[in-house]
Amino acid sequence: MAQTLDAQEIAAGVERLAAAIRERNAGKPIALVGIRSRGDEVAERVLKQLAKDGPEPEFGVLDISLYRDDFEHLHSNPTLQESDISFPVDGAHIILVDDVLFTGRTIRAALDALSDYGRPAKVELAVLIDRGHREMPVQPDYVGITLDTRRLDHVWVSLERTDGKDEVRITEKESA
Amino acid sequence: MPRKDLLDIASLDREEIEHLLDQSAPFKDLFTRSVKKVPALKGKSVLMLFYEPSTRTHSSFEVAAKRLSADVTNFDVAQSSITKGESVRETIETLQAMRTDYVIVRHKASGLPGTIARLTRASVINAGDGAHAHPTQALLDAFTIKEKFPEPAGRKVLIVGDILHSRVARSTCTILKKLDVEVAYLGPGSLVPKQGADKVRRFTNYNEAMAWNPDIVYLLRVQMERQDVQYFPSLREYHKLYGITDARLEEIRKRGIYIMHPGPVNRGVELCDAVMDYERSLINDQVENGIAARMAVLYWLKPGGV
Repeated sequence: MAQTLDAQEIAAGVERLAAAIRERNAGKPIALVGIRSRGDEVAERVLKQLAKDGPEPEFGVLDISLYRDDFEHLHSNPTLQESDISFPVDGAHIILVDDVLFTGRTIRAALDALSDYGRPAKVELAVLIDRGHREMPVQPDYVGITLDTRRLDHVWVSLERTDGKDEVRITEKESA
Repeated sequence: MPRKDLLDIASLDREEIEHLLDQSAPFKDLFTRSVKKVPALKGKSVLMLFYEPSTRTHSSFEVAAKRLSADVTNFDVAQSSITKGESVRETIETLQAMRTDYVIVRHKASGLPGTIARLTRASVINAGDGAHAHPTQALLDAFTIKEKFPEPAGRKVLIVGDILHSRVARSTCTILKKLDVEVAYLGPGSLVPKQGADKVRRFTNYNEAMAWNPDIVYLLRVQMERQDVQYFPSLREYHKLYGITDARLEEIRKRGIYIMHPGPVNRGVELCDAVMDYERSLINDQVENGIAARMAVLYWLKPGGV
C-alpha cells in the first residue's frame, strides 16, 4: 500500500516552514542553504515565501557528496555538483534546508562541508519532511510535514524543477 | 560505471570523458574556498611511482590527492631499490603488501602502467609512459578548452612541435577527436608522422597552418633531454620556423587565438617571453585545471576491481 502527498500538501508544508522561520527570526538577517539535490529547491520556495513580507535572506547551495561517510559501500561515487555559497559564512546565521530528514547522516556531512566555508554564528535545520529513524544526534528546528514511517519504508520526493512534478510517495519494503 | 585504472584516453568512451570533464568543474570551485580540502579519500593511500623525473605532473597529482585527504607516499626512484636492480614485479609485490589504494606511475617504457595495473588491486593512473599516453594531461587540456568553448565540436586546435615522440600530442589529439574537435599538426617534417588513417591534417609551414584558422595553438615542449638524435638544425632555427615570435604573437592577438602549452616552457624556443603575459594564454589555467582534473579522476576510479 503506497501512501502519497500531493502538490497541495507539499505547498502547505513549505508554507508552514516559512511561517515558523519568519516567526522566530523576524527582522534578523538569515541565510538559507539548500542541500543538493531537492533541498535547494525547497530552500528556493521557502525563500520566495519569506521575501513576500520581509527582507530576502541570503541564499546558497551545498553539495555534500565529498563529505559522505559511505564511500566504502557505494559501487560508484556520487556525481558531484557545484556548491554555491557566495555570502560570507563567518558569523552568519544559517538555516540548512533539506527535503527529507531520515538518518541524519546527510546533515552531519552538511555541517562538515559548511565548516570548510567558514565559522557560522549559528546553524539551524529546516526540513520539508521529517520521517524519523535517526542514526545520529540530529534534530530539526523547523519541520514542514511529519511522516510516520517504518525504518525500511522508502520516501520518494519529486519536486517540480528537479523531477517535473510535486509529489511524495511512501512505499513499503518487505523486510528481508 | 567507474573503472579501476586510467591507462589511456583511447579506451574511454565519450560518456566517460564527458563525465570526467563535467566533474572537474566542481572540484575547481573548491580552490576558492578558505579550506581547499575535502574528506572524500580520507584514509586512502596514494603512491607516487615516478621512474622518470617530473616536477609538474608529480606535484599536481600530489596536490590533487592531498586536497582529497588521501595520504601520499613518494617512492623516490633515485633512493629506491629500483636502482639496485629490483624488478618492477618485486616493487609491485612490496607495494601490494603496503595495501596502497592508488598508484600513480610514470615510466619511460610504454605499457608499463598497464602491466602494473594487472598485477595489483590498486587503481593505477598512468602519469606518462614513453611515447604512448598521458591521459590526465589530455583531460586537463580538454577541460581547459571547454572552459573557453563550452561546445568544442568543430573548433580547431593546431598542435605544434615534436608530434612523433610526444605522448601529450597523442593523448590530447585522441581526446579532442572524441569531442569532435578538429586537430592539425605543425612541425618539422622529421617530427610529424606520415599521414595515417586518423585524418589529422599535417602542416610543415607556419603560414599554411595559420591559414587553416585555428582557434587554439597548442605548443609542445621541445624535449631537450631527448635530443640525442638531431631532428632539426638548432633551437634558434626551430624558434624562427615554428615558435611564437613577437611578430607572430601580434597576429595571434589580432585574431583572438588562444595559446596552450603543457609546460615547462622553453622561453625563446617554443615561444617568446611576451607570450607569458598574453591575455589569451591558457598556460596558467592548464596548471590549475590539472589539479581539478586529477581530483576528478581519483574520485572516479574504484580500487580493487569492479
